[in-house]
Amino acid sequence: MEFNIYDLTSFTSSFDQLLMENLSPFWAVAIEMILIGVAILAFYAVVGLYLVYAERKVCAFMQCRVGPNRVGPYGFFQTIADLIKLLMKELIPIKNADKLLFNIAPYIVIIASFMAIAAIPFAKGLHAIDFNIGIFYIMAVSSLGVIGILIAGWSSNNKYSLIGAMRSGAQIVSYELSVGLSLITIVILSGSLQLSTIVEGQRDGWFLFTGHIPALIAFLVFLVAATAETNRGPFDLAEAESELTAGFHTEYSGIKFAFFFLAEYMNMFIVASIAVTMFLGGWMPFHVGGWEAFNNIMDYIPPFFWYAGKTAFIIWVMMWFKWTFPRLRIDQLLTLEWKYLLPINLVNIIIMAFVVLMGWHF
Amino acid sequence: MRSIINYLKEIFGAVAALFKGMRVTGYYFFHPKEIVTQQYPENRATLTMFDRFKGEVIMPHNENNEHKCTACGICEMNCPNGSIEIISEMKVNEEGKKKKVLSKHIYHLGMCTFCNLCVKTCPSNALAMGQDFEHAVFDRSKLNKVLNKPGSVLMKGTE
Repeated sequence: MEFNIYDLTSFTSSFDQLLMENLSPFWAVAIEMILIGVAILAFYAVVGLYLVYAERKVCAFMQCRVGPNRVGPYGFFQTIADLIKLLMKELIPIKNADKLLFNIAPYIVIIASFMAIAAIPFAKGLHAIDFNIGIFYIMAVSSLGVIGILIAGWSSNNKYSLIGAMRSGAQIVSYELSVGLSLITIVILSGSLQLSTIVEGQRDGWFLFTGHIPALIAFLVFLVAATAETNRGPFDLAEAESELTAGFHTEYSGIKFAFFFLAEYMNMFIVASIAVTMFLGGWMPFHVGGWEAFNNIMDYIPPFFWYAGKTAFIIWVMMWFKWTFPRLRIDQLLTLEWKYLLPINLVNIIIMAFVVLMGWHF
Repeated sequence: MRSIINYLKEIFGAVAALFKGMRVTGYYFFHPKEIVTQQYPENRATLTMFDRFKGEVIMPHNENNEHKCTACGICEMNCPNGSIEIISEMKVNEEGKKKKVLSKHIYHLGMCTFCNLCVKTCPSNALAMGQDFEHAVFDRSKLNKVLNKPGSVLMKGTE
Protein backbone atom coordinates (compact mmCIF):
# COMPACT_ATOMS: atom_id res chain seq x y z
CA MET A 1 0.00 0.00 0.00
CA GLU A 2 1.71 3.18 -1.13
CA PHE A 3 1.07 6.42 0.69
CA ASN A 4 1.52 9.64 -1.24
CA ILE A 5 0.58 12.76 0.65
CA TYR A 6 0.11 14.72 -2.58
CA ASP A 7 -2.41 12.30 -4.03
CA LEU A 8 -4.34 10.04 -1.69
CA THR A 9 -6.35 8.41 -4.48
CA SER A 10 -3.90 5.52 -4.87
CA PHE A 11 -3.87 4.96 -1.10
CA THR A 12 -7.64 4.78 -0.79
CA SER A 13 -8.12 2.66 -3.92
CA SER A 14 -5.40 0.18 -2.89
CA PHE A 15 -7.04 -0.09 0.55
CA ASP A 16 -10.36 -0.70 -1.18
CA GLN A 17 -8.79 -3.45 -3.32
CA LEU A 18 -7.23 -5.06 -0.27
CA LEU A 19 -10.63 -5.29 1.41
CA MET A 20 -12.39 -6.46 -1.71
CA GLU A 21 -9.87 -9.29 -2.25
CA ASN A 22 -10.22 -10.62 1.27
CA LEU A 23 -13.88 -10.07 2.05
CA SER A 24 -17.22 -10.29 0.34
CA PRO A 25 -18.25 -6.96 -1.27
CA PHE A 26 -20.93 -6.38 1.35
CA TRP A 27 -18.53 -6.60 4.28
CA ALA A 28 -15.86 -4.62 2.46
CA VAL A 29 -18.29 -1.74 1.88
CA ALA A 30 -19.62 -2.02 5.43
CA ILE A 31 -16.11 -1.83 6.91
CA GLU A 32 -15.23 1.11 4.69
CA MET A 33 -18.36 2.94 5.75
CA ILE A 34 -17.69 2.29 9.43
CA LEU A 35 -14.06 3.42 9.12
CA ILE A 36 -15.05 6.62 7.33
CA GLY A 37 -17.83 7.23 9.83
CA VAL A 38 -15.48 6.87 12.78
CA ALA A 39 -12.84 9.03 11.11
CA ILE A 40 -15.34 11.78 10.38
CA LEU A 41 -16.78 11.52 13.89
CA ALA A 42 -13.34 11.95 15.45
CA PHE A 43 -12.51 14.76 13.06
CA TYR A 44 -15.84 16.42 13.87
CA ALA A 45 -15.24 16.33 17.62
CA VAL A 46 -11.65 17.56 17.47
CA VAL A 47 -12.35 20.34 14.98
CA GLY A 48 -15.45 21.42 16.89
CA LEU A 49 -13.55 21.62 20.17
CA TYR A 50 -10.66 23.54 18.70
CA LEU A 51 -12.92 25.93 16.82
CA VAL A 52 -14.46 26.88 20.16
CA TYR A 53 -10.97 27.45 21.53
CA ALA A 54 -9.99 29.44 18.44
CA GLU A 55 -13.09 31.56 18.70
CA ARG A 56 -12.39 32.40 22.33
CA LYS A 57 -8.81 33.31 21.56
CA VAL A 58 -9.64 35.39 18.47
CA CYS A 59 -12.42 37.21 20.28
CA ALA A 60 -10.10 37.89 23.22
CA PHE A 61 -7.37 39.36 21.04
CA MET A 62 -9.87 41.55 19.22
CA GLN A 63 -11.08 42.89 22.57
CA CYS A 64 -7.58 43.52 23.96
CA ARG A 65 -7.81 40.51 26.27
CA VAL A 66 -5.75 37.33 26.63
CA GLY A 67 -8.48 34.70 26.52
CA PRO A 68 -8.25 31.23 28.05
CA ASN A 69 -4.70 30.78 29.33
CA ARG A 70 -4.87 28.61 32.45
CA VAL A 71 -5.64 25.03 31.36
CA GLY A 72 -2.49 23.84 29.66
CA PRO A 73 -0.06 26.04 27.74
CA TYR A 74 -1.96 29.03 26.28
CA GLY A 75 -5.16 27.44 27.58
CA PHE A 76 -4.89 24.77 24.91
CA PHE A 77 -6.90 22.19 26.89
CA GLN A 78 -9.59 24.62 28.02
CA THR A 79 -12.29 23.31 25.68
CA ILE A 80 -11.47 19.70 26.55
CA ALA A 81 -12.03 20.58 30.19
CA ASP A 82 -15.28 22.29 29.17
CA LEU A 83 -16.37 19.16 27.33
CA ILE A 84 -15.70 16.98 30.36
CA LYS A 85 -17.73 19.39 32.45
CA LEU A 86 -20.62 19.32 29.96
CA LEU A 87 -20.56 15.51 29.82
CA MET A 88 -20.93 15.29 33.58
CA LYS A 89 -23.68 17.86 33.93
CA GLU A 90 -27.23 16.88 34.70
CA LEU A 91 -29.73 16.70 31.86
CA ILE A 92 -32.63 18.66 33.27
CA PRO A 93 -36.03 17.27 32.18
CA ILE A 94 -38.49 20.05 31.39
CA LYS A 95 -42.01 19.82 32.73
CA ASN A 96 -44.66 20.23 30.01
CA ALA A 97 -42.09 19.92 27.27
CA ASP A 98 -42.76 17.62 24.33
CA LYS A 99 -40.39 14.87 25.47
CA LEU A 100 -39.85 13.13 22.12
CA LEU A 101 -39.23 16.26 20.05
CA PHE A 102 -37.21 17.84 22.84
CA ASN A 103 -34.83 14.89 22.87
CA ILE A 104 -34.67 14.47 19.10
CA ALA A 105 -33.89 18.11 18.23
CA PRO A 106 -30.15 18.19 19.08
CA TYR A 107 -29.57 15.04 17.05
CA ILE A 108 -31.30 16.49 14.00
CA VAL A 109 -29.10 19.57 14.18
CA ILE A 110 -25.93 17.55 14.53
CA ILE A 111 -26.88 14.94 11.87
CA ALA A 112 -27.55 17.70 9.35
CA SER A 113 -24.04 19.11 9.72
CA PHE A 114 -22.59 15.60 9.88
CA MET A 115 -24.14 14.64 6.55
CA ALA A 116 -22.77 17.75 4.87
CA ILE A 117 -19.21 16.92 5.90
CA ALA A 118 -19.30 13.65 3.93
CA ALA A 119 -19.33 15.43 0.59
CA ILE A 120 -16.52 17.91 1.28
CA PRO A 121 -13.24 17.27 -0.56
CA PHE A 122 -10.46 17.64 2.02
CA ALA A 123 -7.58 16.75 -0.26
CA LYS A 124 -6.94 14.94 -3.50
CA GLY A 125 -8.54 11.54 -2.91
CA LEU A 126 -9.60 12.42 0.64
CA HIS A 127 -13.26 12.73 -0.22
CA ALA A 128 -15.82 10.43 1.41
CA ILE A 129 -18.41 10.55 -1.36
CA ASP A 130 -18.19 12.43 -4.65
CA PHE A 131 -21.75 13.04 -5.85
CA ASN A 132 -22.27 14.41 -9.31
CA ILE A 133 -24.54 16.98 -7.63
CA GLY A 134 -22.18 17.54 -4.68
CA ILE A 135 -22.74 21.24 -4.07
CA PHE A 136 -26.49 20.85 -4.43
CA TYR A 137 -26.42 18.01 -1.90
CA ILE A 138 -24.42 20.06 0.61
CA MET A 139 -26.80 23.00 0.31
CA ALA A 140 -29.83 20.78 0.73
CA VAL A 141 -28.45 18.89 3.70
CA SER A 142 -26.91 21.79 5.58
CA SER A 143 -30.20 23.68 5.56
CA LEU A 144 -31.91 20.76 7.32
CA GLY A 145 -30.36 21.91 10.58
CA VAL A 146 -32.97 24.62 10.93
CA ILE A 147 -35.63 21.92 11.37
CA GLY A 148 -33.82 20.84 14.52
CA ILE A 149 -33.71 24.43 15.71
CA LEU A 150 -37.43 24.90 15.07
CA ILE A 151 -38.24 21.64 16.87
CA ALA A 152 -36.03 22.64 19.81
CA GLY A 153 -37.76 26.01 20.11
CA TRP A 154 -41.23 24.54 19.78
CA SER A 155 -40.85 21.59 22.11
CA SER A 156 -39.23 23.57 24.92
CA ASN A 157 -42.60 25.14 25.77
CA ASN A 158 -40.85 28.43 26.45
CA LYS A 159 -41.67 31.73 24.78
CA TYR A 160 -38.05 32.79 24.43
CA SER A 161 -37.15 29.53 22.74
CA LEU A 162 -40.09 29.81 20.38
CA ILE A 163 -39.26 33.39 19.40
CA GLY A 164 -35.65 32.40 18.80
CA ALA A 165 -36.63 29.42 16.70
CA MET A 166 -39.09 31.42 14.63
CA ARG A 167 -36.48 34.07 13.96
CA SER A 168 -34.07 31.36 12.93
CA GLY A 169 -36.66 29.96 10.54
CA ALA A 170 -37.29 33.34 8.89
CA GLN A 171 -33.57 33.92 8.69
CA ILE A 172 -32.67 30.61 7.04
CA VAL A 173 -35.56 30.77 4.57
CA SER A 174 -34.36 34.20 3.45
CA TYR A 175 -30.63 33.64 3.40
CA GLU A 176 -30.78 30.21 1.79
CA LEU A 177 -31.69 32.11 -1.39
CA SER A 178 -28.54 34.20 -1.28
CA VAL A 179 -26.32 31.24 -0.52
CA GLY A 180 -27.83 29.24 -3.37
CA LEU A 181 -27.70 32.06 -5.92
CA SER A 182 -24.12 33.03 -5.11
CA LEU A 183 -23.08 29.38 -5.50
CA ILE A 184 -25.00 29.17 -8.79
CA THR A 185 -22.86 32.05 -10.03
CA ILE A 186 -19.81 29.84 -9.58
CA VAL A 187 -21.59 26.79 -10.98
CA ILE A 188 -22.19 28.82 -14.17
CA LEU A 189 -18.47 29.55 -14.33
CA SER A 190 -17.34 25.99 -13.61
CA GLY A 191 -20.10 24.26 -15.58
CA SER A 192 -20.43 21.46 -13.03
CA LEU A 193 -22.11 20.63 -9.73
CA GLN A 194 -19.60 17.91 -8.90
CA LEU A 195 -17.17 19.13 -6.25
CA SER A 196 -14.17 17.21 -7.60
CA THR A 197 -14.71 18.71 -11.05
CA ILE A 198 -15.11 22.18 -9.55
CA VAL A 199 -11.81 21.85 -7.67
CA GLU A 200 -10.09 20.41 -10.74
CA GLY A 201 -11.42 23.35 -12.78
CA GLN A 202 -9.42 25.73 -10.58
CA ARG A 203 -6.07 24.24 -11.58
CA ASP A 204 -5.09 27.38 -13.49
CA GLY A 205 -6.32 29.88 -10.91
CA TRP A 206 -9.01 29.96 -8.29
CA PHE A 207 -12.48 30.95 -9.40
CA LEU A 208 -12.31 34.05 -7.23
CA PHE A 209 -9.57 35.33 -9.57
CA THR A 210 -10.56 33.76 -12.88
CA GLY A 211 -14.13 34.96 -12.51
CA HIS A 212 -12.92 38.44 -11.41
CA ILE A 213 -15.75 40.98 -10.73
CA PRO A 214 -18.86 38.73 -10.62
CA ALA A 215 -16.99 36.05 -8.68
CA LEU A 216 -15.76 38.62 -6.17
CA ILE A 217 -19.29 39.97 -5.66
CA ALA A 218 -20.61 36.42 -5.31
CA PHE A 219 -17.87 35.67 -2.76
CA LEU A 220 -18.75 38.69 -0.62
CA VAL A 221 -22.47 37.90 -0.80
CA PHE A 222 -21.74 34.28 0.07
CA LEU A 223 -19.69 35.30 3.11
CA VAL A 224 -22.51 37.49 4.43
CA ALA A 225 -25.24 34.96 3.69
CA ALA A 226 -23.21 32.07 5.06
CA THR A 227 -22.59 33.93 8.32
CA ALA A 228 -26.34 34.43 8.56
CA GLU A 229 -27.01 30.77 7.73
CA THR A 230 -24.88 29.53 10.59
CA ASN A 231 -26.76 31.77 13.07
CA ARG A 232 -23.58 33.56 14.03
CA GLY A 233 -23.12 37.15 15.01
CA PRO A 234 -24.01 39.75 13.73
CA PHE A 235 -26.95 37.56 12.67
CA ASP A 236 -27.33 35.56 15.91
CA LEU A 237 -30.93 36.63 16.46
CA ALA A 238 -31.95 33.07 17.19
CA GLU A 239 -29.87 33.18 20.37
CA ALA A 240 -29.72 36.92 21.08
CA GLU A 241 -28.41 36.63 24.63
CA SER A 242 -29.51 40.09 25.68
CA GLU A 243 -33.13 39.61 24.56
CA LEU A 244 -33.91 35.89 24.60
CA THR A 245 -31.51 34.54 27.28
CA ALA A 246 -30.19 31.83 24.94
CA GLY A 247 -32.94 31.60 22.34
CA PHE A 248 -33.83 28.16 21.06
CA HIS A 249 -31.46 26.27 23.39
CA THR A 250 -32.47 28.04 26.61
CA GLU A 251 -33.94 24.88 28.14
CA TYR A 252 -31.16 22.51 27.11
CA SER A 253 -28.42 21.46 29.47
CA GLY A 254 -25.43 19.15 29.60
CA ILE A 255 -24.50 17.20 26.50
CA LYS A 256 -27.64 18.18 24.58
CA PHE A 257 -26.61 21.81 24.85
CA ALA A 258 -23.11 20.77 23.81
CA PHE A 259 -24.58 19.22 20.65
CA PHE A 260 -26.14 22.52 19.63
CA PHE A 261 -22.95 24.32 20.48
CA LEU A 262 -20.79 21.87 18.52
CA ALA A 263 -23.16 21.91 15.55
CA GLU A 264 -22.95 25.71 15.40
CA TYR A 265 -19.18 25.59 15.10
CA MET A 266 -19.20 22.69 12.66
CA ASN A 267 -21.69 24.55 10.49
CA MET A 268 -19.23 27.40 10.41
CA PHE A 269 -16.54 24.93 9.36
CA ILE A 270 -18.76 23.45 6.63
CA VAL A 271 -19.71 26.86 5.30
CA ALA A 272 -16.06 27.89 5.25
CA SER A 273 -15.23 24.65 3.43
CA ILE A 274 -17.86 25.39 0.79
CA ALA A 275 -16.49 28.91 0.37
CA VAL A 276 -12.98 27.49 -0.01
CA THR A 277 -14.06 24.78 -2.45
CA MET A 278 -16.15 27.04 -4.64
CA PHE A 279 -14.16 30.26 -4.61
CA LEU A 280 -10.64 29.58 -3.35
CA GLY A 281 -9.81 26.35 -5.13
CA GLY A 282 -10.45 23.80 -2.38
CA TRP A 283 -7.29 21.76 -1.89
CA MET A 284 -5.83 23.13 -5.13
CA PRO A 285 -2.56 24.98 -4.54
CA PHE A 286 -2.28 28.60 -5.61
CA HIS A 287 -1.64 28.36 -9.34
CA VAL A 288 -1.28 31.04 -11.94
CA GLY A 289 -1.99 29.81 -15.45
CA GLY A 290 1.24 29.63 -17.49
CA TRP A 291 3.75 30.16 -14.64
CA GLU A 292 5.17 26.65 -14.57
CA ALA A 293 8.02 27.24 -12.09
CA PHE A 294 5.80 29.11 -9.66
CA ASN A 295 3.12 26.42 -9.86
CA ASN A 296 5.67 23.68 -9.19
CA ILE A 297 6.91 25.46 -6.07
CA MET A 298 3.33 25.83 -4.83
CA ASP A 299 2.74 22.10 -5.43
CA TYR A 300 5.30 21.23 -2.74
CA ILE A 301 2.81 22.10 -0.01
CA PRO A 302 0.46 19.09 0.38
CA PRO A 303 -3.14 19.70 -0.72
CA PHE A 304 -4.57 19.06 2.72
CA PHE A 305 -2.57 21.95 4.16
CA TRP A 306 -3.79 24.24 1.40
CA TYR A 307 -7.34 23.24 2.22
CA ALA A 308 -6.87 23.61 6.00
CA GLY A 309 -5.11 26.95 5.70
CA LYS A 310 -7.72 28.46 3.45
CA THR A 311 -10.56 27.15 5.61
CA ALA A 312 -8.91 28.53 8.73
CA PHE A 313 -8.63 31.90 7.02
CA ILE A 314 -12.32 31.98 6.08
CA ILE A 315 -13.27 30.91 9.61
CA TRP A 316 -11.09 33.67 10.99
CA VAL A 317 -12.84 36.20 8.74
CA MET A 318 -16.22 35.00 10.02
CA MET A 319 -15.00 35.36 13.60
CA TRP A 320 -13.77 38.82 12.70
CA PHE A 321 -17.31 39.66 11.53
CA LYS A 322 -18.83 38.33 14.73
CA TRP A 323 -16.60 40.27 17.08
CA THR A 324 -16.80 43.54 15.16
CA PHE A 325 -20.41 44.10 14.18
CA PRO A 326 -23.40 44.67 16.46
CA ARG A 327 -26.40 42.38 16.11
CA LEU A 328 -29.07 43.30 13.54
CA ARG A 329 -32.75 43.70 14.33
CA ILE A 330 -35.07 41.17 12.64
CA ASP A 331 -36.46 43.79 10.22
CA GLN A 332 -32.96 44.99 9.36
CA LEU A 333 -31.94 41.39 8.77
CA LEU A 334 -34.77 40.79 6.31
CA THR A 335 -34.22 44.17 4.64
CA LEU A 336 -30.58 43.30 4.07
CA GLU A 337 -31.54 40.06 2.37
CA TRP A 338 -34.56 41.02 0.30
CA LYS A 339 -33.65 44.58 -0.64
CA TYR A 340 -29.89 44.28 -1.04
CA LEU A 341 -28.34 40.83 -1.29
CA LEU A 342 -31.04 39.22 -3.46
CA PRO A 343 -31.17 41.94 -6.20
CA ILE A 344 -27.36 42.17 -6.22
CA ASN A 345 -27.17 38.41 -6.58
CA LEU A 346 -29.68 38.23 -9.43
CA VAL A 347 -27.89 40.97 -11.37
CA ASN A 348 -24.60 39.26 -10.60
CA ILE A 349 -25.78 35.96 -12.09
CA ILE A 350 -26.69 37.74 -15.33
CA ILE A 351 -23.27 39.40 -15.39
CA MET A 352 -21.58 36.07 -14.78
CA ALA A 353 -23.62 34.36 -17.50
CA PHE A 354 -22.67 37.16 -19.87
CA VAL A 355 -18.99 36.95 -18.89
CA VAL A 356 -18.95 33.19 -19.45
CA LEU A 357 -20.84 33.54 -22.73
CA MET A 358 -18.39 36.12 -24.07
CA GLY A 359 -15.38 34.24 -22.68
CA TRP A 360 -14.22 37.26 -20.64
CA HIS A 361 -13.06 35.12 -17.76
CA PHE A 362 -9.48 33.95 -17.48
CA MET B 1 -32.21 57.17 -11.83
CA ARG B 2 -31.53 59.09 -8.66
CA SER B 3 -32.98 56.30 -6.55
CA ILE B 4 -30.63 53.80 -8.18
CA ILE B 5 -27.65 56.04 -7.48
CA ASN B 6 -28.77 56.41 -3.89
CA TYR B 7 -29.20 52.63 -3.64
CA LEU B 8 -25.64 52.03 -4.83
CA LYS B 9 -24.34 54.84 -2.64
CA GLU B 10 -25.98 53.21 0.36
CA ILE B 11 -24.34 49.86 -0.40
CA PHE B 12 -20.86 51.30 -0.86
CA GLY B 13 -21.27 53.56 2.17
CA ALA B 14 -22.32 50.60 4.29
CA VAL B 15 -19.43 48.44 3.09
CA ALA B 16 -16.97 51.27 3.78
CA ALA B 17 -18.40 51.76 7.27
CA LEU B 18 -18.15 48.04 7.99
CA PHE B 19 -14.54 47.97 6.85
CA LYS B 20 -13.80 50.90 9.16
CA GLY B 21 -15.01 48.86 12.12
CA MET B 22 -13.15 45.77 10.98
CA ARG B 23 -9.94 47.78 10.70
CA VAL B 24 -10.11 48.61 14.40
CA THR B 25 -10.63 45.03 15.56
CA GLY B 26 -8.17 43.75 12.97
CA TYR B 27 -5.56 46.17 14.29
CA TYR B 28 -6.07 44.85 17.82
CA PHE B 29 -5.84 41.27 16.61
CA PHE B 30 -2.44 41.80 15.02
CA HIS B 31 -1.05 43.96 17.83
CA PRO B 32 -0.89 41.84 21.01
CA LYS B 33 0.83 44.78 22.70
CA GLU B 34 -2.60 46.42 22.99
CA ILE B 35 -3.76 43.74 25.46
CA VAL B 36 -4.67 45.41 28.73
CA THR B 37 -5.28 42.30 30.83
CA GLN B 38 -3.06 42.00 33.91
CA GLN B 39 -2.02 38.38 34.47
CA TYR B 40 -2.38 38.57 38.21
CA PRO B 41 -0.57 35.78 40.05
CA GLU B 42 2.37 35.90 37.62
CA ASN B 43 2.90 39.64 37.86
CA ARG B 44 2.35 39.76 41.61
CA ALA B 45 5.85 41.09 42.30
CA THR B 46 5.54 44.00 39.90
CA LEU B 47 1.82 44.69 40.20
CA THR B 48 1.02 48.28 41.14
CA MET B 49 -2.60 49.21 41.54
CA PHE B 50 -3.83 52.54 40.25
CA ASP B 51 -4.08 55.53 42.61
CA ARG B 52 -7.84 55.52 43.00
CA PHE B 53 -8.05 51.81 43.84
CA LYS B 54 -9.74 51.26 47.22
CA GLY B 55 -8.28 48.16 48.82
CA GLU B 56 -8.69 48.83 52.53
CA VAL B 57 -8.78 51.69 55.01
CA ILE B 58 -5.40 52.54 56.47
CA MET B 59 -4.10 55.17 58.88
CA PRO B 60 -0.85 56.65 57.59
CA HIS B 61 1.85 57.12 60.20
CA ASN B 62 4.93 59.29 59.81
CA GLU B 63 8.48 58.22 60.63
CA ASN B 64 8.14 59.21 64.31
CA ASN B 65 5.21 56.82 64.66
CA GLU B 66 2.73 59.65 64.77
CA HIS B 67 -0.76 59.63 63.26
CA LYS B 68 -3.30 62.39 62.77
CA CYS B 69 -6.34 60.82 64.44
CA THR B 70 -7.87 62.98 67.16
CA ALA B 71 -10.42 60.32 68.12
CA CYS B 72 -13.28 62.65 67.25
CA GLY B 73 -15.44 59.69 66.10
CA ILE B 74 -16.75 61.28 62.91
CA CYS B 75 -15.63 58.33 60.83
CA GLU B 76 -17.42 55.97 63.20
CA MET B 77 -20.62 58.00 62.91
CA ASN B 78 -20.40 58.21 59.12
CA CYS B 79 -19.70 54.58 58.48
CA PRO B 80 -22.91 53.14 56.97
CA ASN B 81 -22.32 49.60 58.18
CA GLY B 82 -20.56 50.13 61.44
CA SER B 83 -17.20 48.77 60.46
CA ILE B 84 -15.28 51.35 62.50
CA GLU B 85 -15.07 51.43 66.29
CA ILE B 86 -13.08 54.05 68.14
CA ILE B 87 -11.89 53.45 71.65
CA SER B 88 -10.54 56.58 73.28
CA GLU B 89 -9.54 57.69 76.75
CA MET B 90 -9.33 61.06 78.51
CA LYS B 91 -5.82 62.13 79.31
CA VAL B 92 -4.39 65.25 80.87
CA ASN B 93 -1.76 66.81 78.64
CA GLU B 94 1.31 68.81 79.70
CA GLU B 95 -0.67 72.07 79.68
CA GLY B 96 -3.01 70.61 82.26
CA LYS B 97 -5.98 70.28 79.92
CA LYS B 98 -8.16 67.20 79.66
CA LYS B 99 -7.98 65.76 76.11
CA LYS B 100 -9.50 62.82 74.28
CA VAL B 101 -6.73 60.53 73.10
CA LEU B 102 -7.06 57.63 70.66
CA SER B 103 -6.25 54.29 72.17
CA LYS B 104 -7.66 51.96 69.50
CA HIS B 105 -9.06 52.62 66.02
CA ILE B 106 -10.72 49.27 65.25
CA TYR B 107 -11.54 48.60 61.62
CA HIS B 108 -13.68 45.56 60.66
CA LEU B 109 -12.52 44.82 57.12
CA GLY B 110 -15.13 42.08 56.76
CA MET B 111 -17.97 44.58 57.05
CA CYS B 112 -16.41 47.35 54.97
CA THR B 113 -17.91 48.18 51.57
CA PHE B 114 -15.05 50.51 50.63
CA CYS B 115 -17.43 53.43 50.19
CA ASN B 116 -14.73 55.91 51.14
CA LEU B 117 -17.06 57.96 53.44
CA CYS B 118 -14.74 57.70 56.45
CA VAL B 119 -11.81 59.00 54.43
CA LYS B 120 -13.88 61.81 52.97
CA THR B 121 -15.37 63.03 56.24
CA CYS B 122 -12.26 62.83 58.41
CA PRO B 123 -11.59 66.46 59.44
CA SER B 124 -7.88 65.90 59.97
CA ASN B 125 -7.12 63.59 57.02
CA ALA B 126 -6.05 60.82 59.32
CA LEU B 127 -7.43 58.03 57.15
CA ALA B 128 -6.63 56.93 53.62
CA MET B 129 -7.40 54.12 51.23
CA GLY B 130 -4.65 51.54 50.88
CA GLN B 131 -4.02 49.52 47.71
CA ASP B 132 -3.47 46.10 49.19
CA PHE B 133 -6.26 43.75 48.10
CA GLU B 134 -5.10 40.30 49.13
CA HIS B 135 -7.30 40.07 52.21
CA ALA B 136 -8.11 36.35 52.26
CA VAL B 137 -7.62 34.80 55.73
CA PHE B 138 -8.64 31.53 57.31
CA ASP B 139 -10.31 33.08 60.36
CA ARG B 140 -12.90 35.82 60.36
CA SER B 141 -11.47 37.41 63.49
CA LYS B 142 -8.30 38.24 61.57
CA LEU B 143 -10.30 40.74 59.55
CA ASN B 144 -10.70 42.99 62.59
CA LYS B 145 -7.72 45.30 62.49
CA VAL B 146 -6.37 48.02 64.75
CA LEU B 147 -5.32 50.83 62.51
CA ASN B 148 -3.15 52.88 64.86
CA LYS B 149 0.22 51.26 65.41
CA PRO B 150 1.19 50.32 68.97
CA GLY B 151 2.80 53.20 70.82
CA SER B 152 1.82 55.77 68.23
CA VAL B 153 0.82 59.24 69.33
CA LEU B 154 -1.02 62.18 67.82
CA MET B 155 1.05 64.25 65.47
CA LYS B 156 1.99 67.66 66.92
CA GLY B 157 -0.13 70.46 65.57
CA THR B 158 -3.08 68.30 64.58
CA GLU B 159 -6.14 69.39 66.47
